[in-house]
Amino acid sequence: MAFRLDLRLGIDVGGTHTDAVILDRDNVVVAKTKQPTSLDVTTGVRAAIAAVIAQPGVDRERISHVMLGTTHATNAVLERRRLHSVAVLRVGAPSSVAVRPLFGWPADLVAAIGGHAEIVRGGYEYDGREIVAFDAEATRAFFTSVKGEVEAVAISAVFSPMFATHELAAAVIAREVLGADIIVSLSHEIGSLGLLARENATVLNAALTEVAREVATALTTSLQEHGIDASVLFAQNDGTLMALDYAVRFPILTIGSGPANSIRGAAFLTGRTDALVADVGGTSTDFGMLVNGFPRESTSAVDIGGVSTNFRMPDVLAIALGGGTIVRQTPTGVELGPDSVGYRLPSEALSFGGSTPTVTDAAVQAGRATIGTMPVPAGHERALSSALDIVDSMIADAVDRMKLGKGDVALIVVGGGSVLIPESIPGVSQVLRPDHYDVANAIGAAIAQVSGRWDEVVSMAPGRTQVIEAACAQARARAIEAGADPEHIEIVEIDEIPLAYLTEPVARISVKAVGPLGRL
Amino acid sequence: MFIEAGDIDALARGCAVLGTGGGGEVSTEALVARQAIEQYGPVRLVTLDDLHDDDIVMPVGGIGAPSVSAEKIGSGDEVEFLRAAVEGILSLPVGALMAGEIGGGNGLYPIAAAARMGLPLVDGDGIGRAFPEVHMASMNVAGLMPEFVVVADERRNSVLIRPIDGKWAELLARAVTEVFGGSAAMADYVMPVSRARGAIIEGTVSQALRIGRAVLSATNPVAALVEAVGAVKLIEGKVADVERHTAGGFVRGSVVVEGYGPDAGRLVRVEIQNENLVALEDGAVLACVPDLITLVDSQSADAVATEVVRYGQRVAILAFPCAPIWRTPRGIEIAGPRAFGYDFDYVPMEAGHGVQA
Repeated sequence: MAFRLDLRLGIDVGGTHTDAVILDRDNVVVAKTKQPTSLDVTTGVRAAIAAVIAQPGVDRERISHVMLGTTHATNAVLERRRLHSVAVLRVGAPSSVAVRPLFGWPADLVAAIGGHAEIVRGGYEYDGREIVAFDAEATRAFFTSVKGEVEAVAISAVFSPMFATHELAAAVIAREVLGADIIVSLSHEIGSLGLLARENATVLNAALTEVAREVATALTTSLQEHGIDASVLFAQNDGTLMALDYAVRFPILTIGSGPANSIRGAAFLTGRTDALVADVGGTSTDFGMLVNGFPRESTSAVDIGGVSTNFRMPDVLAIALGGGTIVRQTPTGVELGPDSVGYRLPSEALSFGGSTPTVTDAAVQAGRATIGTMPVPAGHERALSSALDIVDSMIADAVDRMKLGKGDVALIVVGGGSVLIPESIPGVSQVLRPDHYDVANAIGAAIAQVSGRWDEVVSMAPGRTQVIEAACAQARARAIEAGADPEHIEIVEIDEIPLAYLTEPVARISVKAVGPLGRL
Repeated sequence: MFIEAGDIDALARGCAVLGTGGGGEVSTEALVARQAIEQYGPVRLVTLDDLHDDDIVMPVGGIGAPSVSAEKIGSGDEVEFLRAAVEGILSLPVGALMAGEIGGGNGLYPIAAAARMGLPLVDGDGIGRAFPEVHMASMNVAGLMPEFVVVADERRNSVLIRPIDGKWAELLARAVTEVFGGSAAMADYVMPVSRARGAIIEGTVSQALRIGRAVLSATNPVAALVEAVGAVKLIEGKVADVERHTAGGFVRGSVVVEGYGPDAGRLVRVEIQNENLVALEDGAVLACVPDLITLVDSQSADAVATEVVRYGQRVAILAFPCAPIWRTPRGIEIAGPRAFGYDFDYVPMEAGHGVQA
């Protein structure tokens, strides 16, 4: 369904706040709001939409596109909250058993997803032969053993990005045993070659499905209630937008979208093309580098909550420090988080009359921030002062780790918790706090481009150039279908994995096309 | 001395540096080693002097394409299959394991098996770095023959090869590996301790550990690495071009680094065949095989493998001297520039500034 581009509603659901902005066709901010994120998500999204469309100059009938960015998936992994219990199946024995599934994961994350894992016989060689036949019986036995204990299934088979048959066969058994509605994530739909990183991403994807559904339902319900009929898009890790149904199937792709949006939003708000960006939320702070107007991509494997995956994402350093991060006095000294009071900051923090010391209280006590409803009560001075020292050293350390080279860089600070960032930081030439800094993510989502991806195993017989051109045409068509302006589509990525040694040359070709929303 | 699970990170970093861009991915092998040590206990690291003259040393390693071994990980049983085959042939027990090559994932390869089988690991290897071909081994330089080679897969298949020389060992082992699915476990140059003396390169496991620990504890990791291996930093800059293709089972191509900071205006090209072979500037050889050339991340000093080096990465290129055995005439003949098809003579990296190729 194509919608004529008019007003855009950009929404960012953070761990603490849900922000909404309305941009017109010339990217001017017409309206904005900041509402607390609620436990049920829906209430916060509904409140943000209601507040932003109630502002003068906003005609809800004219909203043509709704873009949602969310750090829900990231926070769920970082905080090990609301994750599904997952049955992790690897098809590949006798190969691959030297490293068991979930090995090397943080123990608390393994516990949060239940830790049910099994390796069964099967999988493929690089040339399409079976390593050994797929063991359907062992697969059935494993799923039977976890029945009633898991809400989702993650299946990874050796060489499945080339040959998916064993993964598909295992999925059929999963649905037979665990019910047709069981959530199933298949590794060949999620990542490329490199078994362990792909399996990790697949497990996280399965574990995050409920979180994604919740956000999607909250959004569509709220839009219906407000009578907004628009094209609904989700921001993904490369800073582009994807359709809603795709986002529910692949919540892992929304991880990293927050930083991509805030970096692009920060670039838009300051007009800078090169700078360091810190997005301070309620639960975590993401540092990213803006290079030539785009987020710098990571060159190595991306670590999500202590788990290595093979996604290409903005090179982001996330630290568990946000406005709501809890300060604790322990016998050995002061400790920060990693948990946060999150959206409950205005009821639980000391400076709002609550009983939980947070880093925001530390900033208020030191005079760095002037928020809250009352002074920080006495008795916490030493703990909060130590906490602020820890905050400053965490920030200085993160800046140092993100910078390349010795020169000082400008730091653009965005996000609701940005009062935490001091004016003077080693290695930083100037701290920029642009207008609308508090809704930079939502702006970044609203100005994002749309993408189309085409990914298939194809015969190279017609000739390499011809095959790649055909793949590019498919990716372009998908980008246009998703709403991109046909005049301005660029092919940004071509991945070619040759499957050598087959009698007929075959390769897996993956192409991504992106473009701005069509203005029609 | 024992190798504990907590040593694996440092060892893996050191092996990656000695891998000169190749030798297989270290991250998977590090997980394999850690899982085995956690399950079976630490591995005793021994020198040849700690063993008896007639104890049998079995060098082992993975053979095949790194892209395959990152996808099809081993079973952990392959080295036991190799050991059973070797003991059957020799009618003697294997006394110790050793890494065939210390560079890359292969440097970690014997650790899991040593933990499982309770065998000691020799502090040394057969290359002192990584090389693409089986015959490029210090044992070959020392005049030992690979009298037999055993190749095994995860299914319990194994093949005994009795080659007439190192080159045939390479050809036959690679052909078998192909049939096994592109990756396999291999034992070659199985020898008693008495013959290993002077034929292996000793101390390389502790060298790798030392490198990793130096980098991990440093505030300036690249400087710490330069000091730990006695390297020359050829250039620091941005990867400006990567040309890579797969031919004959090897990754071949080149990487161009454009200098920044004090190196602004300079271009250094590194030619690769699985490993980094030659570093050139304006047609002059800065360093070449068998000396070691390693690309490292300019901030973390993590070694950057030839398969993953990407445009725009910020790197330093380091060169450091190979083990003395490689600088002998036979060492140069087996693994000098001419052995890789280059039409110039070996230039020691200490002198390699401005010698025209």
